[in-house]
Amino acid sequence: MNLLNILEEIEKTDAEVYERISPRRKAMSDFYGFSKKVALASLPFALGSIFKKAYAQNSAADVEGVLQFALTLEYLEAEFYTKGVAAAGLIPSGAALGAITAIRDHENQHVAFLKTALMSMGKTPVNKPVFDFSAGNGSNTGPFANVFSDYDTFLAVAQTFEDTGVRAYKGQAPALIGSGGVLTAALNIHSVEARHAAHIRQMRKARGANVKPWITGKDTGIGAAVQASYDGEELETQAGIKITGINGQTISMSAATEAFDEPLTKAQILAIVDPFIV
Amino acid sequence: MKNLRKQDEQQSKLDRRSFLQFAGAGAAGLALFAAGCKKDEAMISNPAGVNLGSGDIGILNYAYALEQLEAAFYTKVAAAFYAGITEAERLLLADIRDHEIAHREFFKNALGSNAIPGLEVDFSMINFSSRDSVLATAKAFEDLGVSAYNGAGVLIKDSAYLTLAGKIVSVEARHAALIRDLISNGSFADSEVIDNNGLDKSRLPMEVLSIAAPFIKTKINANDLPKS
Repeated sequence: MNLLNILEEIEKTDAEVYERISPRRKAMSDFYGFSKKVALASLPFALGSIFKKAYAQNSAADVEGVLQFALTLEYLEAEFYTKGVAAAGLIPSGAALGAITAIRDHENQHVAFLKTALMSMGKTPVNKPVFDFSAGNGSNTGPFANVFSDYDTFLAVAQTFEDTGVRAYKGQAPALIGSGGVLTAALNIHSVEARHAAHIRQMRKARGANVKPWITGKDTGIGAAVQASYDGEELETQAGIKITGINGQTISMSAATEAFDEPLTKAQILAIVDPFIV
Repeated sequence: MKNLRKQDEQQSKLDRRSFLQFAGAGAAGLALFAAGCKKDEAMISNPAGVNLGSGDIGILNYAYALEQLEAAFYTKVAAAFYAGITEAERLLLADIRDHEIAHREFFKNALGSNAIPGLEVDFSMINFSSRDSVLATAKAFEDLGVSAYNGAGVLIKDSAYLTLAGKIVSVEARHAALIRDLISNGSFADSEVIDNNGLDKSRLPMEVLSIAAPFIKTKINANDLPKS
């Protein structure tokens, strides 16, 4: 692990990082003194607590921002499944329609829940955007133009939305530290999105797609159009610890990447969903 | 001494009740878990037990304990798969075993000298040759794991640790959904685990440990874990 690289990375987005870790010389000597006291293996974890001290508790504005962002994504999912279920002949009746209907209901519940949470904070929930589920930025002729007439396209977009939703909530969790129930609620939505993702993936597998319930490497199982939703999932190392073959166990590269889902930042998520929002 | 024993008995009754509530899924599952709860040592948070520690380290050890339980379970499942297993199920369960081993070893290394020792498990109530028994147990462990990480989130102070827990919990949720679908297709996120707001469950450590207690022989002391 190269601490200086990490600090340089932070400096790119936070020019005042050295001032926050103030006085810097003391902070650095604290760090080196501290690191001597802990076993090398626990260093990745120890490092986090040093940065924690440098950044203050999240503000109410941060919490509102997360909820409005989450609401936008839930609007996207809710309308997507609502339209899919309503499209005649798109989803086979029986187990498939039952599953998609259950997911639709969850997404609508998430929309209602987030709106209620925002209003209880005295905030006005953002309005629902106009969506283009072909990913054509309003042209409705994007790469998924047949999303509501071709079942496999519909499932592929569903998988992308769910896997992306998981990454979005995961990325926002740190901004909710100290928010108590809001963090717990966000985590309770996060794991539901992961359950959805696993089921949609199994539905696709049953139709011949080469996917598992979990994400292997940065494989989309869909194609280049959704690659950004999977980039970064291929990590072999977590908190500085190499997962493949860890402690002599036969953990393959595939298993190492599947065992951990990766977060995305708000900016990354907004770039991913941009083609779907008019 | 007498008082202590009485306390033990009361605690034991309590554990049994919460466990039965937790495992209230299907007659087979219920019978399995009722059998599991006959153990009187199903004590939570034994002061003489292995101390998980305090603060974020305590929460990480708590996660390490749960991952030890899951990894041990799937290792045994995959060592001799149940009768009549399909090739697809074999591959999926082997994957889950590898994921849980990766989680366990990750926590072990990350915690370093702060790590609790290896826990002794008790799987005597599981029939590893029965698909129903194995999948019912897997479902219980995965749903429990999801609720444990969800509930531990607010107890974590450090954002890096919170993110790490987040990286793992969604994988546990993927496992839970898959196992549930293997038992009954379409039950991946049913009303047993998801409420009317579309939210999954979250549980605090004491509740989780009391549910897991029948499967863990080693006594655990969770008294120093953060409470809020």
